[in-house]
Amino acid sequence: MTWYVSRRFLQLIPVFLGATLLVYFLVFSLPGDATAAICGERGCTPAVVTALREQYNLDEPFWIQYLLYLKGVLTFDLGTNFSGRPIAVIIAEVFPTTAKLAVMALIFEAIFGIVFGLIAGLRKGKLFDSTVLVLSLVVIAVPIFVLGFLMQFLIGVKLGWTNPTVSGDATVSELILPAVVLGLVSFAYVLRLTRTSILENVKADYVRTATAKGLSRKRVVVVHILRNSMIPVVTFLGADLGTLMGGAIVTEGIFNVNGVGLTLYRAVLNGDGPTVVSIVTFLILIFCLANLLVDLLYAWLDPRIRYA
Amino acid sequence: MSSTLGNDGITEVRTAPSEVRPLLELKDLAITFDTANGEVPAVRNAHLTVMPGETVAIVGESGSGKSTTALAAIGLLPGNGRVSGGSILFDGEDITNASEKRIVELRGSSIGMVPQDPMSNLNPVWKIGFQVRETLRANGLPYSTQDVAKVLSEAGLPDAESRANQYPHEFSGGMRQRALIAIGLSCRPRLLIADEPTSALDVTVQRQILDHLDRMTDELGTAVLLITHDLGLAAERAHKVIVMYKGQVVEAGPALELLTNPRHPYTQKLVASAPSIASRRIESAKKLGVATDDLLAPSAEKADAKDKVIEVKDLTKVFKIRGSWGKSTDFTAVDNVSFSIARGTTTAVVGESGSGKSTVARMVLGLETATAGDIRFDGVDITTLGRKELFNFRRRVQPIFQDPYGSLDPMYNIYRTIEEPLRVHGIGNAKSREKKVRELLDQVALPSSMMQRFPNELSGGQRQRVAIARALALDPEVVICDEAVSALDVLVQAQILNLLADLQAELGLSYLFITHDLAVVRQIADHVAVMEKGKLVEQGSTDEVFDSPKTAYTQSLLAAIPGAGLVLPPEAA
Repeated sequence: MTWYVSRRFLQLIPVFLGATLLVYFLVFSLPGDATAAICGERGCTPAVVTALREQYNLDEPFWIQYLLYLKGVLTFDLGTNFSGRPIAVIIAEVFPTTAKLAVMALIFEAIFGIVFGLIAGLRKGKLFDSTVLVLSLVVIAVPIFVLGFLMQFLIGVKLGWTNPTVSGDATVSELILPAVVLGLVSFAYVLRLTRTSILENVKADYVRTATAKGLSRKRVVVVHILRNSMIPVVTFLGADLGTLMGGAIVTEGIFNVNGVGLTLYRAVLNGDGPTVVSIVTFLILIFCLANLLVDLLYAWLDPRIRYA
Repeated sequence: MSSTLGNDGITEVRTAPSEVRPLLELKDLAITFDTANGEVPAVRNAHLTVMPGETVAIVGESGSGKSTTALAAIGLLPGNGRVSGGSILFDGEDITNASEKRIVELRGSSIGMVPQDPMSNLNPVWKIGFQVRETLRANGLPYSTQDVAKVLSEAGLPDAESRANQYPHEFSGGMRQRALIAIGLSCRPRLLIADEPTSALDVTVQRQILDHLDRMTDELGTAVLLITHDLGLAAERAHKVIVMYKGQVVEAGPALELLTNPRHPYTQKLVASAPSIASRRIESAKKLGVATDDLLAPSAEKADAKDKVIEVKDLTKVFKIRGSWGKSTDFTAVDNVSFSIARGTTTAVVGESGSGKSTVARMVLGLETATAGDIRFDGVDITTLGRKELFNFRRRVQPIFQDPYGSLDPMYNIYRTIEEPLRVHGIGNAKSREKKVRELLDQVALPSSMMQRFPNELSGGQRQRVAIARALALDPEVVICDEAVSALDVLVQAQILNLLADLQAELGLSYLFITHDLAVVRQIADHVAVMEKGKLVEQGSTDEVFDSPKTAYTQSLLAAIPGAGLVLPPEAA
């Protein structure tokens, strides 16, 4: 187990190197001069441009630039963005909001998805099952920005239950609506996945044996059907956590949440290379860690899987 | 039988002695399944009585409704099944339409169950101890660690206390079945429903388990409703045998009487095809009826001693088992095995699971590389073959696997399944291939209308015929049958064995037959090699091995064949 975890951590090294290299190269290859993005429409004096090129090592060849960047990262210096703010500070500022939003969305989709999926699976073909199936299909089919604006308008504006947009503090109560919108599509998937998985397990031989032992229906469902059905669902949720942590450009945009997604979006628009590379690398690492967590959870749920 | 009331003219007492009430009584039971095609009757007019302490066996092939009948007794019919007529009386109480609550009360504590497949009937994610404990707890019995260990050790599980902390996948099949028996009997039920409790196990393990089950139920005075497809086993274990066919009880009576004097045509057929130690090598050509003299030549004689199609010498396979921190230990699955197959004959490799017999088959097929030793096919060592030569070799040696459900691609129709090897090997054009597929289907006695159907629409026997047709598509010289008939019912098994024997006579095929079933070996093989724990412990002609087994291991294998000790009527031999 220790061996497995340490091996997984070692695997992060090539992933990190590969990802930074790739993203760095993409940003490097962007057309246009990076200083132009910094100076804006009014332009800078040649002296300033030279100083900027010096500061961001823009005159060096690609490899040198990349290695200098790596050196910075390894010494915990992510550098500054084009407005001169340390990137580490920016991430520290926006990430907690995104993390809060992601965890809330995850809790929402997990609880409702699993509960609804379980009920639907146990009552296959009944009214509840059919209704939920159709609704989840609608949720999956309608683009997220339509659902987002619709819910913002109905709940935030018309009913006034919550602020239509999120303030700078991003309190938990403000984030409920965005989190629901963010988790809505995954909720539909979790529901369907749980339902399918339950349907499969209900028919399993060990479920019949458990019933024959004289267990109550409730115990059979919770102990023997639900846990076994959670294995694929947990995989999905774990991968989804990684995705959610990456911020959601659309949802954050609709509700004006100052999170990772929005920050990254702005950096891309501004051609702000250092910020893009750092944030993307940070997200990749988060994604890898989330996946490691899933694999460990997996082993906990299914004892047949043992890592050595 | 217990009516010792004397003969003072009280005639009405004769049939129903008042103290002895049947424990389970099924009266005119009818069970229906609701399917997409409407209602399908699964069981009709089933009559059955189990007295306290008595063992009653229901025998029949799959689909005969034997399991369905038994499951109905504890309300475990699948979702679309229901009792559509008749009644179920447990100890005099009508439980046909009992409430869910009452049925839950009865399950476990009054009626226990030992299910069929030990591999799938324990929940893989919970420890064995947990699964025993919850049974005790649900039925209001003490459930401490000691109680759990006691239940497990009663079922013959050694070292029960630490075993209880293991997961099902850490148990062998026999141990899992013991755990399931422990669970089934843990609450001292008065009736135990044993649904094919050992059909998934090796013969020797099967015998141990059944002996143990017999002893336990005897001691506890438990009545047993044993469901099996194996007539020999039923006759050996049960007081009374009930034969079911197509959802109906066709015959019932004391075990030996029924076996020696079967009345219903189906029972007669069943008795006749039951493989037993008394059976002889199937003489295919004679049964074919069309055979001329040259075809009739017995396969064993045809074999020239020098004409060995396959020669295996000092074959060894060592697997590396990964331990923690990347360390690995060696496990010798096959240890210095040598045997040969004469052209046109059948050699059987027999052994229990884990004996390495399947690994031998895989190596001969070239699916696994040997660690040492060589395999000569027509004098050429196949371990030295290059890619292209190996491809050609594959054409001449074809496999038939055990599980006809798993070895056919569910997305391929029958035509495509059989045609695929021809296409892969670039034989003929679309038209000639279709002709060949028709011929092959004809050879395995399937109608060519079958071509457009998919595996899920076929029965197990039909699927195995398709698998045989596929194996024969490339006109191979050797066919390797890895447990090719073990998943099939006796009757179907007999048909497939006959088919294989016919094809051998017709096409001069050589078979390597991998099996754990000695009764099958007796019917099909010319030579037998017995494997135990990777080593070949005995080999010789089938008659030699069966009539005078040399090693204790072979003797124990022979002794474990169900019904081996029973005297069968001459027609069955």
